[in-house]
Amino acid sequence: MGYVAIADRDHEIEHHDPQTFITKYVWSQDHKVIAIQYGVTAIFVGLIALGLSAMMRLQLGFPDSFSFINPENYYQFITMHGMIMVIYLLTALFLGGFGNYLIPLMCGSRDMVFPFLNMLSYWVYLLSVIILIASFFVPGGSTGAGWTLYPPQAILPGTPGVDWGILLMLASLAVFIVAFTMGGLNYVTTVLQARCRGMTLMRMPLSVWGIFIATILGLLAFPALLVSAIMMLLDKTIATSFFMPAISSMGVDPGYTGGSPILFQHLFWFFGHPEVYIVALPAFGIVSDLLSTHARKNIFGYRMMVWAIIAIGGLSFIVWAHHMYVSGMNPYFGFFFATTTLIIAVPTAIKVYNWVLTLWEGNIHLRVPMLFAIAFIFTFIHGGLTGLFLGNVTIDLPLSDTYFVVAHFHMVMGVSPVLVVFGAIYHWWPKITGRMYHEGLGKWHFWMTFLGTYSIYLPMHYLGFAGVPRRYFAMGNTEFLPESAQDLNAWITMSALFVAATQVLFFINVIWSLKKGPKADPNPWDATTLEWQTPDNPPKHGNWGHELPECHRWAYDYSVPGYKDDFIPQNVPASDAAPAGRDHGVEH
Amino acid sequence: MEIGLIVLAAMLATLLGWILKQSFNTQPWLAEVVDETANQAPFNARPKLVALTAFLAVVTSFFALILSAYSLRMELGDWIPLTEPQLLWVNTGVLVLASVAFQWTRNIAVREATPRLMPGLLLSGVLTMVFLAGQWIAWQQLNASGQYMTSNPSNAFFFLLTGIHGLHILGGMYVWARATVKAFGGDVDAVRHSVELCTIYWHFLLLVWLVLFGLMLST
Repeated sequence: MGYVAIADRDHEIEHHDPQTFITKYVWSQDHKVIAIQYGVTAIFVGLIALGLSAMMRLQLGFPDSFSFINPENYYQFITMHGMIMVIYLLTALFLGGFGNYLIPLMCGSRDMVFPFLNMLSYWVYLLSVIILIASFFVPGGSTGAGWTLYPPQAILPGTPGVDWGILLMLASLAVFIVAFTMGGLNYVTTVLQARCRGMTLMRMPLSVWGIFIATILGLLAFPALLVSAIMMLLDKTIATSFFMPAISSMGVDPGYTGGSPILFQHLFWFFGHPEVYIVALPAFGIVSDLLSTHARKNIFGYRMMVWAIIAIGGLSFIVWAHHMYVSGMNPYFGFFFATTTLIIAVPTAIKVYNWVLTLWEGNIHLRVPMLFAIAFIFTFIHGGLTGLFLGNVTIDLPLSDTYFVVAHFHMVMGVSPVLVVFGAIYHWWPKITGRMYHEGLGKWHFWMTFLGTYSIYLPMHYLGFAGVPRRYFAMGNTEFLPESAQDLNAWITMSALFVAATQVLFFINVIWSLKKGPKADPNPWDATTLEWQTPDNPPKHGNWGHELPECHRWAYDYSVPGYKDDFIPQNVPASDAAPAGRDHGVEH
Repeated sequence: MEIGLIVLAAMLATLLGWILKQSFNTQPWLAEVVDETANQAPFNARPKLVALTAFLAVVTSFFALILSAYSLRMELGDWIPLTEPQLLWVNTGVLVLASVAFQWTRNIAVREATPRLMPGLLLSGVLTMVFLAGQWIAWQQLNASGQYMTSNPSNAFFFLLTGIHGLHILGGMYVWARATVKAFGGDVDAVRHSVELCTIYWHFLLLVWLVLFGLMLST
């Protein structure tokens, strides 16, 4: 019974009830406010990354037409765009934002188990963002080493930002990892220790499962990035030779003795590949809940969905070297990593089938969140299939470092998670703000974003097959590329600018909703999960008023035969929900 | 990378085994059946212990990855094995004693809230400070004999590993200092849980040190 005492902390709630504006909105220990702080900060840096990608596209689509883009800052744009999107936007938004908001509400707890640590986690994250942004303004600008920061070039003269940019980048990553670890320990402990009565692990919504397993991956994988960041900092500042080979740089001997750049690649991708799933697993979980809710059907194969998340999480640690097929590795290693990579397709395919089967014969409501969720299935299958190409050594070798790779990872871990982010924001907006968004505007936003992104990334596959290399500032006089490649690049650029511009619709919607949006029903989607059953909308500090909810069923009792309503919330006891008095549930 | 992989595999297998045990044979879609178990706690609720365990997993992953890097880097041509200062043997002994002292304190603390735990608490902290000072002196000895961090990759790893291990101990000392101040303020009861957690942390860092020291001696 000990855990009830932890979860039911009435006395503490009264103790740190927010008193002033500062404690309520700035130094807040309320998981919902911290979630919003995380979300707003992440979206803010995400907009910077969006702006950087627009600059890159301007150069690629219309080479040498813009005097403010030169090779140096082009590389800085690429690097910062990638780094921000993967780490400071997606990781922070899914785990710091949605993790913070959803875990306590969906598990029926009052808050995270360590609210102070949670607050600290956000402020340290903000510090890492400030260090990151500061690197734009130091002499020499931010680093231009590519988001993978491969040595030796990352810290040798000739790479932009070699004096200060790379130092701030590595420092910012280290600070981010500290922030993430503080948050991550909180999320794991909250899921394990602070669930309300009756919320067994197998009754948790898949959103919580996805965030939970992704957090575990992050906790175990981010140390690899921390190790490589520390070692590279030492190589840069005091000239140790962890990664730096005996090398002559521009005729000068920088004094390195014979380190291994490949060692860095191993460490980096030991983090880098799980990172893909740190972003993808929360998206998998959230999209499962959106599909089930808006199709009015229980998720197909709940247990398989949980085990697939766990299997993907485990497998994600033994595929990292498929990012290094061209590093000259032993062919047997390549064979091993190709095999493990293809094995991941099995649990992933289970998930895709189950999403589609959840839609099968569902009572589908094509509201904005549902549109984004279904679009995710498209883009994810698309990106997943090109992953099968790249996972095979023989096909990867010619395609490596071409636009095919760019298209692949943007579809699978750029567009797909971002679609889920939008779907999730629209879905939980009425709970977060207590107001509805504009449905029509939301649909316009969806269609323009969805079709626009296809218009960007579909042609890139063709460019990749044609052999257009990624990361190049300009193609020069490349004999093997047809003229049409440039036309395609111009088209992609126009699509990219169009998609970037249409995001304005989202922000108009946000402002409109906050100012004039109609008051939202506490449970506008007739959803079953606990966050929609709070006594206040939006929930107050402490979430549940005087009494904690009790969980009596799983999260997917939609359209249960024999019941008046097509949903039964998780906190409705079995006896209260049976108007027809029949033994329900057996038909499933 | 084998070391990192094996350690991670062991940790993941433990976790996944536990989750699978929780989830096999459940039929989450049946409302009534699970209701009977609805009043059971997930397991004994001790959030700080769970958080500490998770943190130790993070630290394990961190050190395992540095050791992976160590073993990969070692095979390259410019590696000259470092002769570790003899002082490290003394330091190791002191750290063992600190762990023993913590265990003693803990055994008193779990039984009752009594000021009798204070000598043990103080002793553990002092021994740990002696260990840290000893490590610092070992660094100075190396530097004095011309063995700098940049002289050779094996030196770089020595300073890196001892430094990071020392930082982790310093983090533990922060918790120890808070507990000690509280205990001397008269609130013995409040520090009992801290003492328990510190003991686990100290044993863990002793184990990490033994692995690091053994590896550095043998290579």
